[in-house]
Parts: sequence; structure tokens; C-alpha cells
Amino acid sequence: MTFFRAAFAATILALIQILATAATAQDFAGLVRTLPEGSYSDRAAVVAAIATSGDARAEPVLAALLEGELGVVEATGQVIVQGSPPTDAVTGDEVDAATADAAERIRVNNSLRRDIRAAIGLLTLSSPDPAKRMAAAEAAIRAPDPDQIAALETAIAAEEDGRVRTRLGEARAIAVLASDAGTEARIAAIDTLARRGDQVAQSAIAPLAGAEDPALAEAATRALAAIEQSRMLWGYAQNIWYGLSLGSVLLLAAIGLAITFGVMGVINMAHGELVMLGAYTTFVVQDAIRSHAPGLFDWSLLIAAPLAFLVAGGIGVAIERGIVRHLYGRALETLLATWGVSLILQQAVRSIFGPNNREVGNPSWMSGSFDVGQMTVTWNRLWILLFALAVFAVLLAVMKRTPAGLQMRAVTQNRPMAANMGIRTAWVDAMTFGLGAGIAGLAGVALSQIDNVSPNLGQGYIVDSFMVVVFGGAGNIWGTLAGAFSLGIVNKFLEPYAGAVLGKILVLVAIILFIQKRPRGLFAVKGRAVEG
Amino acid sequence: MSFFTKTTLTSGLAALMLSTAAFAQDDTIKVGILHSLSGTMAISETTLKDAMLMLVDEQNKKGGINGKMLEAVVVDPASDWPLFAEKARELIEANDVDVVFGCWTSVSRKSVLPVFEELNSILFYPVQYEGEESQRNVFYTGAAPNQQAIPAVDYLMNEEGVERWVLAGTDYVYPRTTNKILEAYLQAKGVAPEDIMINYTPFGHSDWQTIVSDIKTFGSAGKKTAVVSTINGDANVPFYKELGNQGVSAEDIPVVAFSVGEEELAGLDTAPLVGHLAAWNYFMSVDTPENAAFIDTWHEFIGSDARVTNDPMEAHYIGFNMWVKAVEAAGTTDADAVIDALPGIEVPNLTGGTSVMLPNHHITKPVLIGEIQDDGQFDVVWETEELVPGDAWSDFLPESKPLEADWVELDCGNYNTETKTCGGSASN
Repeated sequence: MTFFRAAFAATILALIQILATAATAQDFAGLVRTLPEGSYSDRAAVVAAIATSGDARAEPVLAALLEGELGVVEATGQVIVQGSPPTDAVTGDEVDAATADAAERIRVNNSLRRDIRAAIGLLTLSSPDPAKRMAAAEAAIRAPDPDQIAALETAIAAEEDGRVRTRLGEARAIAVLASDAGTEARIAAIDTLARRGDQVAQSAIAPLAGAEDPALAEAATRALAAIEQSRMLWGYAQNIWYGLSLGSVLLLAAIGLAITFGVMGVINMAHGELVMLGAYTTFVVQDAIRSHAPGLFDWSLLIAAPLAFLVAGGIGVAIERGIVRHLYGRALETLLATWGVSLILQQAVRSIFGPNNREVGNPSWMSGSFDVGQMTVTWNRLWILLFALAVFAVLLAVMKRTPAGLQMRAVTQNRPMAANMGIRTAWVDAMTFGLGAGIAGLAGVALSQIDNVSPNLGQGYIVDSFMVVVFGGAGNIWGTLAGAFSLGIVNKFLEPYAGAVLGKILVLVAIILFIQKRPRGLFAVKGRAVEG
Repeated sequence: MSFFTKTTLTSGLAALMLSTAAFAQDDTIKVGILHSLSGTMAISETTLKDAMLMLVDEQNKKGGINGKMLEAVVVDPASDWPLFAEKARELIEANDVDVVFGCWTSVSRKSVLPVFEELNSILFYPVQYEGEESQRNVFYTGAAPNQQAIPAVDYLMNEEGVERWVLAGTDYVYPRTTNKILEAYLQAKGVAPEDIMINYTPFGHSDWQTIVSDIKTFGSAGKKTAVVSTINGDANVPFYKELGNQGVSAEDIPVVAFSVGEEELAGLDTAPLVGHLAAWNYFMSVDTPENAAFIDTWHEFIGSDARVTNDPMEAHYIGFNMWVKAVEAAGTTDADAVIDALPGIEVPNLTGGTSVMLPNHHITKPVLIGEIQDDGQFDVVWETEELVPGDAWSDFLPESKPLEADWVELDCGNYNTETKTCGGSASN
């Protein structure tokens, strides 16, 4: 690989020299036509030649190759950019769809992709678009190459945008560290990178800590220590974020159960399967959108959410009416009956949708991440956290501020009295159970974004959900919130030290001990209702 | 979609009905199929059941074996390990099958071993596994560690210049043993212990944030880093999603997986996975006439052009053809005669070579490294020049180094070459 990159750099250098002396651009058309031939390393040499051909078409062709949009028609050797509309890579003429369909994709592998990115970077260093110059600087940081120092310096001198200049300066510093420049130049580069202070800087400086030159080694060690310090603080922030994120998943999974188990006292083992049904509803909605209205894809989750609530809620009501209501007061029978229901639901889904995972895509606003300082926050986790809090707030408002919520609390607290007041207790039971089930369905929509949509989806969450509700204190919705987030954060702080497996075990043991001490959980419901 | 399910169901039912109908006639050869059709492992094993039904069907179109028709007997061990042993016993004792093709997880194989030994029947096991086993009644057509893990690590070391290694796996016997072998191998190659990070996660792990961030940190020590993943099937999807979301691309830190194949990729959005690697002995994208014919037959049998083929299916293809040849050679389906006839049998595999059954009951296979493409297929970037013979006992673990399996000369699955004794006929 190193040898390969050196060869690649050498090729570029050689070609630059050829260009400078002969001053005739390499035959661009000829180069593009040779692109599909040979092995990956042959292709890398052609990429380098195209990059240095000085042809204005070079960048779009390389970008298309990187994106896998470059195809070749086997019979004629014509190279096609699969855009809309498809065009000939050399002439830029439009190509008819039939020819474009027959074209076979020109393949790229990892090391070739890195080289293409670096080549495009060189080409776009002087692009008028600051975003492209930024991307070029990023590419140079990823694939540091001492031969680019001169080009980067020219670019820095001409750069007007402050942020791009900083990034270019970092790119130059990394390239200097990779070169055999003098001690002073390298110490200056270390200082530049130490200001950046993240993993990239750390990995560029780390090898120099063992340098033979004592001044250089000392500067590197000092910079590393400073980076380490700041990274440790950011590490705590990152752990808290991961904990909140895990907590939000636990909260979503458990909040429906907080109603059925916490408020109604029904042990519903099919809760996980209701979550799974929500996830499958999302799949069906996305499937329908893909085939009928692809433009709506980004809205798929918003469309799926109410449907998932209705599907899971409807099945919840059916379970309550059909099975659970005959078993009130008989916990063991309820447990066994709902466990049976969970198996039936699983196998039903397996028969309808097959045993394989179903693909649920992420809408564009849920993909990728952004950086807060040195912390990476992924969009899907952030939205799920907000969604969990929103569901929690709505549920709280329903329970505390609406007549329906009042009736639910009345029935669960004192059934005969509520009945005397004219409340249809049977109907309220069904609706309460349906509400809990519907919220499980909502959780399924969110979980489909981070977990596998398979018939086994629910099994993974049922134990955690009960753990959260019991730990938080059955009957108290705030307890569920506190329980979910504290378990999430404790889990994430343990994980780096104890590992994922042992971490989970430790948390479980801690909860068992805690329940021994406080059998009613973190926020115990007090008063007469508890005994009733 | 529901159409596949129906086909699968009907073919399954048809096979079941065939099996009951066939109790009357004794002149058929019965082939047992022991794959989970429900529970966690159904995702992987259902396809293998269908592949076996297809192979039996194809053989019957050729007129069966030695003038006798074949019939498949399908049972469902439901991803329940002890149930595997019961169902194996049921197949052999009640249904009187002559051979069994089945199992996926190592724990299910370990659970049926005593049954096959006691009742003296034959099991073909089609999945890559951790090795350290050779049993007289079992034929291992999947890869041993030296046919998958070791060549994959060699590729990363030589072609990608990797110097720092993350060995990430699901917490059970296959990843633990494989990682033990890999760790010993890497250290033998001069990799310092601090350049190896080993990480285990529970089955179905879905919150990969911390681990991916640890991998990023581990990879920022200025040395090229790669992840060798023995993460089991399902948990891979959120793992790759998290890698993609946190901006770790295959160009920065490539992941080479031993349990991610075409079937697993079929259920996910491959965009964040492009460029990551997998090591197998077969890819659907391999361009050979045998493979093209196999894929055509499969599509026709299953009734859909969208279904993929994968490595364990090829292993069953090789195993089934080897068994057919052995029965033809022995002239009987008697277990002892077939077991004796199998070593040395050669059949073409789907990648253009000829696989041989070795005396240690493993086979020779090529090793292929593929890069994941955005269409869910693999592009082969590297392959071994010759077929690699499967090694039952790893040479890189001190306790298994002196052991050797040879059921032809030594009649022993764990012969100790130092003490010159056979440790017994049991697995290990």
C-alpha cells in the first residue's frame, strides 16, 4: 500500500514533468478509454494521468468514477457518465437510454477511491466554490502526500475564506509531518495540528513521539499530552450523550409498558411484539412510498407514525378484549397468555414477511452526523431522543390534562368507585391498554431506524423495558423517564471499561440489589392506591 | 414477497407430505434436512433448507442414485439447541434417513454430535466454523479458520498495509476461538499486543455508539487500522449503520467480516457498507459456467430472480455431490461404507476448481476476498492461487498444534503427533 502510494505520487510527478516539458496535454480521450482496462493499480495510474492532463473534463469524470457512475459499453468501448441524462464521458454528448443501460459499471476499490479523492482534491484546490476547496483540503488531510506541499502553499496564499485557509494549513501541516522537512518546520506543523486537537491530529503526531531528534520528540509528546487532555474531557461529554441516546431508546421501548404494566398492572409479554409491529408498519409504508410516490420518502416516518400507533393500538385493544380482560387479577395466567400471543405474533409476521430482515431506509434528515467540538452527534440518535421526549410529553399531558386520562387514573386507582361515578370501566381498560400498545407501535417506528426489522425485534427489548419500569417505579411515568436515562448513562460509562457484555451484567446485578433495598423502585407510588 | 413465502411454505409442505407418503415404499433413499425454519436462526437456515430441496430435486431429475429415487425429510429444530439433538434422533431413528444435511451455529452442531456418533449416521455441516474438531460421522464442508480468517488477515496485512487490528465479535464459541487463533497468528507475525484490540458484544447488540467510537480512537494512533469482524448476522446491520453515521468509511478503517454474505446484505441499505470486505469461499458474483447454471437452477426452483445465493449454499452443493458420488462408489447408503468412501472424493465447486474431501473430513476450498458493492453483491479483489486444504486443528494454538485428524490411516479425529496417541474418538 505504502509502496503503491509512493508509485502513485511518482507517477503524478513524472506526468507533471512530461506536461511541463512537452506542454501537450495527454490525450484525454485516449486515457478515459483505457480506464476500464487492467487491474485496480493500472486504473490508479490512469486516474493520476487524467488528473494531470489539465483537461477541464477531468474532474467531473473522476467524480463520476468515484461515485460509481462511470460505465463502459463493452462492444464499442464508449465510456458513459450515468447522470440524468447520461452523457459520453469524452465528448459530453447525450447518450440514449438504451446504450446507457447496456453500459457496465467501472469498478473501484478502497485504495483506488482514496487515490481518486486525492486526485480530485488537487484539481479542485483552486475551484471558485469554497465548499469544493474545503472538500479538497479534507481530501488532502485524509491522504497526506509530501508532494502536495507546494500546491497547498500556493492555495493557502490565494485563499480568502478564513475557515478554508485554516483547513488548508492543517492539510499542509500533516503533509509536512509526513515529509522529511527540517525539525523547525515540523515543530511548527505540530503546533498547527495541536490547535486542531482531534483524532486526526493525534494520529498524525503520534509517530513523531518516538522521533530520534529530541526537540521534535519533546514537541510531539507535549502536543499529544494536550490533545489527550482535551480528548478525555470530550470523552466524558460523548459518554453522556451516548447514555442519553441509549436512555431514549430504553424510554421509547418502556414507556408503553409503563402504562400497561405500571398503571394497569398487566404483565404484557407481547409488548416487544407490538414494538415490532410498529417497525413493520414503517416497512410497509416505505414500501408503498417507494413504489407509488418516491418523492414522499423523506416523509415516510411521519406518515408511518400515526399508522403504527393505530395498528399496534388496535391489536392491543384486541388482545385486551380477547384475552387479558378474562384474566385480570391472575398475574401468572396473564403472563403465560400474553407470552403465547407474542409467539403467535412473531410467527405470523414471519409467515407474512418472511424470516429475513426487511430493509427500512433512513430518510435523508436522519442520516449522517455533525460535530460538536470533538464529539460526533449522529442525526438519527438526536431525532430519536427528541421523539422519545415528545412522546413522553404528550403521554404525560394525556394522562394529567384530559378527561380520558382522568378516567384511566380513576379506574386503575379505585375501580368500584369509578364505576359508581358512571365511568365505563371495561371500555377504559381497553383504551388504556390500547394506548400503551399504540405507544409501543410508535417506538417501533423509531427503532426501525437503528435496529433490524425482523420478527425477533421485540425480544431484544422486552427484558430491558421491564427493567426500566421496575427500576423507575411501577405506576410512575416520571420514574420511567428517570429510570431509562439513568440506566442508559450508567451503561455507557461502564461499557468502555467493562465491555458490552460485562457492562450489561453489572447493570442487571446493580438493579437486583437496588430492588432488594427499594422494592417499589426509584419513584415509588405512595398512598392507598398502592395497596389496592 | 408473500409469494416467496407461499412457495417456501408449499415446497416445505410438499416435502413433508412426500416424506409421509414415502413410508409405504422402501426403495427410496432418504435425505434428512435439519435446519431451523423458525426462531432466530430461521433468517439464515431457511434458505439452506430450500437449497437442499433443490439439490434433491435435481438429482431425482437425473434418475436418483443407483436407480433409487431420493426423498427429502424436513424437520424444524426451531433455533433451539437441545431440540436439534431430539430432531436429529427423530430423523435417524423414526424416519430412517441415510444422511443428514444441517445445523448452522456451532452450539447446534455440538448438540447433535453425540446423537450421530451413537446412532452411527452421517452429518454434512455447511457453515464456516472455528475448527478444533473432527468427528468420524461429520463432514465439514464450510471453511475452517485457515480457509477464511487467516487468509483475510494476510490480505489486509499485505495489500492494505494494516498494522493495527480490532478483533470484534459476538460473545460465543466461534468468535472466541477464531479470535484466539487470530491473536496468536498476528503475534507470531510480529504485531505487538497493544496493537490488537479485542471486543465482544452480546447477540443482537444494537447500540454500537461506544464501540464504534472506541474503534475510531484506536485507529487514530497513526497506523493503518482494520476491523476483523466475527459479529454474527443480525447485529451487523446496526454496526455498519453506526460506522457510516459516524463517518468511518472503508477507506479509513476497512472492516472484513466472516459472517456477512449476500443473504445478510439483502435486508439492508448497502450505501454505508460499500468498500467493506468479506472473506468467503464463494461469492454469487463469481463468473464461472458452473455458478451461472447453479444460480439459474436456484432462481427457477425458488420462483424468483431476486433471490441470492451464498457460501453455505455452495457448501451444501459440494457436500451433496460428494455424498452422491460416495454412495454411487460404495453401491450402498450404509453409513460405514459411505464414511469410508468419502475421503478422496472429488467434485467441482462453483468457483471453477475441484474440491476434495480430505481424510480429516474437511475439504479443499479457494479463499476469496470481496468488497461490498452498492447492489448488495461482492466484487472479488483477491483470491488464493490454489485451493486451501481445511485444517481441523489450528497450528497457531499451542494446545492444538500437535493434534492431527485422519480417519483413513489413523482412524482418529485428534491424534497427538507428540505422544503418538489418539485422544479418543470424540470431538475434542
